[in-house]
Amino acid sequence: MMRIPLLLAALVLQPPPGQSEFVPVNELPPAERLQAAPFLIGAYAFVWIAVMFYLWTIWRRLDRVEADIDALARKTPPR
Amino acid sequence: MRKAFGPLLLVVAIMFVVAPFLIANAPYESTMGLIQKIFYYHVPSWFAMYLAIAVCGGASAVYLFKGTPIADAYATAGAEVAVVFGLCGLVTGPLWGRVAWGVWWQWDVRLTTALLLELIFIAYLMVRKFGGPGAEKLAAATALFGTATAPFVYKSVDIWRTVHPNTNVIPTLKPSMGGPFAFSSLAFLLLCTLLLTARVHLAKRQMTVDEMYLAYEDQS
Amino acid sequence: MFFRTAWLVLRKDVAIEVKSLEVLTTTLFFAIACVLIFAFAFVKNGQAPEDAAAGILWIAIAFSGTLALGRTFERERYAETLRALLLAPAPRPALYVGKLLGMLALLASAELLLVPLIAFLFQAALFSRPLLLVGILAGGTIGFCAVGTLFAAMLVRARSRDVLLPILLYPITIPVIIGGVRGTAALLASPVDEPSAIMWIGILAAFDVVFVTLSLWTFEPLMTE
Repeated sequence: MMRIPLLLAALVLQPPPGQSEFVPVNELPPAERLQAAPFLIGAYAFVWIAVMFYLWTIWRRLDRVEADIDALARKTPPR
Repeated sequence: MRKAFGPLLLVVAIMFVVAPFLIANAPYESTMGLIQKIFYYHVPSWFAMYLAIAVCGGASAVYLFKGTPIADAYATAGAEVAVVFGLCGLVTGPLWGRVAWGVWWQWDVRLTTALLLELIFIAYLMVRKFGGPGAEKLAAATALFGTATAPFVYKSVDIWRTVHPNTNVIPTLKPSMGGPFAFSSLAFLLLCTLLLTARVHLAKRQMTVDEMYLAYEDQS
Repeated sequence: MFFRTAWLVLRKDVAIEVKSLEVLTTTLFFAIACVLIFAFAFVKNGQAPEDAAAGILWIAIAFSGTLALGRTFERERYAETLRALLLAPAPRPALYVGKLLGMLALLASAELLLVPLIAFLFQAALFSRPLLLVGILAGGTIGFCAVGTLFAAMLVRARSRDVLLPILLYPITIPVIIGGVRGTAALLASPVDEPSAIMWIGILAAFDVVFVTLSLWTFEPLMTE
């Protein structure tokens, strides 16, 4: 549960305007150096949330299909 | 496949609980430090996507030439799972790049072609959804072309000198980093198999509904 | 038999097109309109950025190519001629090759006007290495048309074909478009970057081989109901 606010924080941290070129991290001035942890945790959390969400959509679609199968089975008497 | 779901879910869950401890114990990479640890999720995500694409491409070829409906179920599952893992790769990548390169996105060949691969499989899903009757074959052709593009995406970093690290990085990893990486990759590949199994099961049930519905129509 | 069928299909398409000039004129007009729009987007202080000509050329080819593909096969659908062709006892890949050559001829004639136009409008030294230019244009156009002909032929039966053609065509052909743009840009660099241009021609050729092989291989099962 601790991860979600950190993920949001990672999303909110926008790049400074006008930055378009590749700058190696160890040449950046200390003030511009980002704390790596929120990004790392954000990345891990995203993978988890995406996979969980996908599993949930499969589960929900499966529920609906099973309901349809039941409904159809009731309508069609066994031959 | 369906019987394997329970044990597989257990194994994957255990592996994903253990993986963070292994990753935390792996040494820091000298220039990038902490952020380099995204590597243990980013690269395996792409491996999982390649696996899903291979399943999708293979199944599409079988469907196209043999017409077996079950192959079509595997192809759909492969494409959907590929899009999910591609999304994971495309989100973790910029998060890493923002810290290591200072920008979210670089227009370099690997990033561009990876985005392209994701787009092709999103197009596949759109064709299936909006294509109307006969869309399965159209989708199968899309999948074959997408699968043909995948090796190009993988090798692109070796052909051009890019900002993105090339494929040599993985075989030359130190054992202390290679171990956790191999573990994490295996976990992602198993997770991919798990998702594929679940999605194929769903597709099979959908086929059952369609058959029952046709039978019901015939009766009434 | 194979080449004869392909030749007959090509001759039929060319004969129809020469009579009406419908697809060629609309395609050309659309390509020029594309060039104008992108010129407005890129030109600053009366001067276009260095690489813009390469990008604009290939955008115009890709967009107008899609239009031509859609229109050509719409005509087939309208007259139900594609169905008749498929009913004929001819090898299916030969039909594909015929249609592909027809599309290539169409786009080649469009490029014949488009390339000098862009060279003229952007002061681009496109003709400094004519052989390399032809190689890049041929490589890019063949790759684009190979995929385009296959998908446009398949989409003749689909419900929402107008939307689906660009959706499928652009992602799949982007590698070829990138190859075309970068190769042309290498020609426009001063001094001309010959090694990169040749490398891009090689990559385009590789994609052409893959795309044409895949299309020939899948055309038969795809067009069988």
